[in-house]
Amino acid sequence: MHSYDIALLLAFFAIVLLPAPWLGRFYYNVMEGQRTWLTPVLGPVERACYRLAGVSPGHEQGWRHYALALLAFNLAGFVLLFGVLLLQGHLPLNPQHLPGQEWSLALNTAVSFVTNTNWQAYSGEASVSYLSQMLGLTVQNFVSAATGLAVLVALCRGIARRTSATLGNFWVDLTRATLYGLLPLCLVLALLLVWQGVPQTFTDYVHALTLQGAEQVIPLGPAASQIAIKQLGTNGGGFFGVNSAHPFENPTALSNLLEVGAIILIPVALVFTFGHYVKDLRQSRAILACMLALFLIGGATALWSEHQPNLALQSSQVQQTAPLEGKESRFGVTGSVLWTATTTAASNGSVNAMHDSLNPLTGMVAMINMMVGEVIFGGVGAGLYGMLLFVLIAVFLAGLMIGRTPEYLGKKLQAREVQLLVATLLVMPVGVLVLGAIAASLPGPAAAISNPGPHGFSQLLYAYTSGAANNGSAFAGFGANTVFHNLMIALAMLIGRFGYILPVLALAGSLAAKRSAAQGLNSFPTHGPLFTGLLLLTILLVGGLTFLPTLALGPVAEHLSQVY
Amino acid sequence: MNMPIPEVKARHASVDQTRLAALWRPALVQAFIKLDPRQLKRSPVMLVVAITALLTTLLCLAPDSGVSTGVAVQIALWLWFTVLFANFAEALAEGRGRARADSLKAGSQGLAARRRLGDGSYETVAASALRKGDVVRVEAGEMIPGDGEVIDGIAAVNEAAITGESAPVIRESGGDRSAVTGNTRLVSDWLMIRIVSNPGESTLDRMVALVEGARRQKTPNEIALDILLIGLTLVFLIVVVTLQPFAHFVGGSLPLIFLAALLVTLIPTTIGGLLSAIGIAGMDRLVRLNVIARSGRAVEAAGDVHTLMLDKTGTITFGNRRCSALHAAPGITPRELGEGALLASLADDTAEGKSIVEYLRQLHGFVEPAAGQFEPVAFTAQTRLSGIDVGPRRYRKGAVDAVLAFVGMQRLDVPAALAREIERIAQSGGTPLLVCVDKRLLGVIHLKDVVKPGIRERFAELRKLGIRTVMVTGDNPLTAAAIAAEAGVDDVLAEATPEKKLARIRQEQNDGRLVAMCGDGANDAPALAQADVGMAMNDGTQAAREAANMVDLDSDPTKLLDVVQVGKALLVTRGALTTFSIANDVAKYFAILPALFAAIYPQLGALNLMHLASPQSAILSAIVFNALIIVVLIPLALRGVRVQAASAAQLLRRNLLIYGLGGIVVPFAGIKLIDLLLNALHLV
Repeated sequence: MHSYDIALLLAFFAIVLLPAPWLGRFYYNVMEGQRTWLTPVLGPVERACYRLAGVSPGHEQGWRHYALALLAFNLAGFVLLFGVLLLQGHLPLNPQHLPGQEWSLALNTAVSFVTNTNWQAYSGEASVSYLSQMLGLTVQNFVSAATGLAVLVALCRGIARRTSATLGNFWVDLTRATLYGLLPLCLVLALLLVWQGVPQTFTDYVHALTLQGAEQVIPLGPAASQIAIKQLGTNGGGFFGVNSAHPFENPTALSNLLEVGAIILIPVALVFTFGHYVKDLRQSRAILACMLALFLIGGATALWSEHQPNLALQSSQVQQTAPLEGKESRFGVTGSVLWTATTTAASNGSVNAMHDSLNPLTGMVAMINMMVGEVIFGGVGAGLYGMLLFVLIAVFLAGLMIGRTPEYLGKKLQAREVQLLVATLLVMPVGVLVLGAIAASLPGPAAAISNPGPHGFSQLLYAYTSGAANNGSAFAGFGANTVFHNLMIALAMLIGRFGYILPVLALAGSLAAKRSAAQGLNSFPTHGPLFTGLLLLTILLVGGLTFLPTLALGPVAEHLSQVY
Repeated sequence: MNMPIPEVKARHASVDQTRLAALWRPALVQAFIKLDPRQLKRSPVMLVVAITALLTTLLCLAPDSGVSTGVAVQIALWLWFTVLFANFAEALAEGRGRARADSLKAGSQGLAARRRLGDGSYETVAASALRKGDVVRVEAGEMIPGDGEVIDGIAAVNEAAITGESAPVIRESGGDRSAVTGNTRLVSDWLMIRIVSNPGESTLDRMVALVEGARRQKTPNEIALDILLIGLTLVFLIVVVTLQPFAHFVGGSLPLIFLAALLVTLIPTTIGGLLSAIGIAGMDRLVRLNVIARSGRAVEAAGDVHTLMLDKTGTITFGNRRCSALHAAPGITPRELGEGALLASLADDTAEGKSIVEYLRQLHGFVEPAAGQFEPVAFTAQTRLSGIDVGPRRYRKGAVDAVLAFVGMQRLDVPAALAREIERIAQSGGTPLLVCVDKRLLGVIHLKDVVKPGIRERFAELRKLGIRTVMVTGDNPLTAAAIAAEAGVDDVLAEATPEKKLARIRQEQNDGRLVAMCGDGANDAPALAQADVGMAMNDGTQAAREAANMVDLDSDPTKLLDVVQVGKALLVTRGALTTFSIANDVAKYFAILPALFAAIYPQLGALNLMHLASPQSAILSAIVFNALIIVVLIPLALRGVRVQAASAAQLLRRNLLIYGLGGIVVPFAGIKLIDLLLNALHLV
């Protein structure tokens, strides 16, 4: 590693960790409707939204109504996006005259953006019009992230409130999350990206004549605005096919740093938001420490693995650097690995290097990051509510060992809560293993891989993991655009999204209705290094070990076959 | 009443040893009987193991090329053993509880009762035919046919069968001593008793129901844990079932028997197999303390309590005031005062009088007059004095005002030093008694409520566990505060009335605290019902026993502290074994995965950290370990994990280290050892 690699890592941690406490408090104030410095500007807009939609912001919903509103909104978003993608050939803002998408691809894409996954079985510049990008995809980029944030604050309220029948108002939470939580940050980031050279235009693709006399088409479009939200909203769907490896999506070292930092900026801040809800920032620090530890373990493994020389070339007398195949040479190995670790830890899925080319261990780190349910920072809102589920499981498992019925922050965990926790525990195994096994057993779908042996298996496993985890990144080489995979991966994305959201809301409702027990010397300590360690082990044992046998057939076998 | 607890424990401990030896044979038989699917389905994890065992047995008939038949048969056998060991653990736990219940029940077989008919005449019926509301007459020498309330008569009852206390107790209608328990013997007089429970609902029946696996109601936390274990089982089922298609995908095939073995080792069989035994053993510990819980729910709640409300009298203090010091008046020697106080108390038969005599006999070797040499003067409501006349000398003791009247003094005439002493005694919550001989004031006796030895330490232990103690007393705040300070309680409810008690419980609960209390009087009933854990005394009223969710057969309020420990131990044991069970999976993975995939990817042999001899021996070792660990942990499940007095953080750290880290490390050693043995014995 060079000094600039280390500078990149330090700068990365600085831009995500330093603003987090401040930003976390900001999110708490915003979501609870308290006055912030943005209120004079956005307050009137917010009120206008409520008047237009006929929402009375003071009216609170129980968890069922909250969930119904959320489902209705997501369904409407899906129908709209599906329609736009099918019909984009007949709609305006389509200078390339791109035809409508094939139905299974359109369905897959619509589900993908509604579920905050941004799995792309297509290439943006070749098959999506400007209108689809802006009205369809970018809108969902915003509201899917806002939905995640809404679910998180509902859970926070469930934990913090006592004997309450309501969790807040979904429409209000959605509006505030979008308006205050995402728009201002995106505006700033988009402008910074434009400054760095990312295009933001409605003009046609540029046609150029190369020195060799060949004609070259250079795709353009309103990219900066979409890139800002795809990074900040943990969406990850690139404007161009190769995502942030494309020089127009990610032109400079500075844009690279900003974009990779933007991936987990909000997820890190939300950990502090939780602390403000429960009036105990020690809880935030313990959770953040656990996330950081997992991130560092994975990241360090990946960095080490990628800086190893290629074993196949060792016998021949070749001067070797770290392998650069599949990586963007502008950012080098460290810049690529940092992005890979970050994008899979958070459920972002944007890439600046091709994951298919990573060493087996790095690929495995990426997969484990997703398999534990995207809880290492994770998606906006989604990461922390996933993490809180693990916190509850850890408390339930080990809480008994202090001789009391398990309690989290005074709320007793009983049969109902455990039932819901178990439902979420099943999401990843069902989404990855069951759907993956079905795909693997059918001769047609199984042919989508481009390599034999363990690497081919990794490609298939990665696709279903990415879908179920709502990540959206891919192992290139997997031919995902078939009717079968489009539908199956859409199913995986739906299971991975709503398989969490619905139990989480039910859990929030159940916790909100409970009395809160007094906290004292005899309550389970959910802060401090001991708990952080316990949480870490729970995630690795309950979340990670589940996938070890399957990983053994893919990346583990591939790695060991290289070494031995 | 007030039977010292250590004695109880000692008595049961000795019984325990002999009992266990006699228990394991019938438990072995029970282990097979419990293979009945209807019984197995109470423990879903073990049901899955049983089904897997069945499938594996069938697979032995269709041999796989990768697995030798010998190994396949051994795997199938050990899977069956896993189920049998779990059944054995449950049977053993049941046996201990049932043995005690049976011995109690034995007496009630064929018991007859004299039931009163509408016209006032009596008919003889079987005790088992009695219904709630029936009125029976019991004569001296007969057994009381069922739980009930005395509505007429007064009699001595020997309750040894239930409480182990041989001295008979008095039961009478009205008042706080009206409840009787079935299967106890009347030793004098007669009683009219209204039966309060239908067949199957008596104290004894409840006792049996708590410790019988098939009838037992699962407690709330047990149900929640069960759901989690089912969830984990489902997750691992998915993992194992999808492994074969993935293996086919990469061009290999896995032996089905190995997959079955993987499933059973991954699902939480250790806790799944012992969960029922832990629950039964927890209840049994309570039963052995001679406490009957209405449901297991109350026992769990006992582990959760934040606040203990304890009556001062009988729980914290002995209930009688005792002599603790003497202070002489000016010009009187301590010996003179001592002799005067001793003589004035010789004829006093009250506990207070006896305590003075006892105190002084230890202190000085006085020559006491023989019984005929003095004239006892008994306490009367008029004089409010007692003492003796020895010849012309009149020794008296009594309350300050009464003695001053006797010696003809005003309050103001009392020497200053003595007056100060009297004031100090009153301030400290004690009672001053003046002693005089004839018209001469000798000094003052300090009577005080004596705090039970060891109680202060127990409160300190509870405090470390984060449990607050509140002393409830009818005393005035001054007296109460003095005793509270001496006993080391955290808070006091002085001048308590039933209403104040109830209000205090509600207030604690509103602040999010769980409250435990004990009581015996009819006016305790609302508070007992309101408390999260209410323990009634067996010799109390029927109303209290109905309202409470526990009854202490020994009528010892101090038991509440033991009940809290039992509740905590129950939860800790469950948590410890769950953690241990899940942590075990790490080692099992490293044993099985390389073996499982040996045929497809030999390079995965690098994961064989334990260097197990062969794929077959690796898988067999993991299965054997998985089965044997249940047997090894049976004693822990039955005995329960000890709960030290420590904060939650300390308890967590310690138990995580033992059962979490231990759970990761132990199987590595265990599986390796079994592998060495299996290979040494040429079993693979």
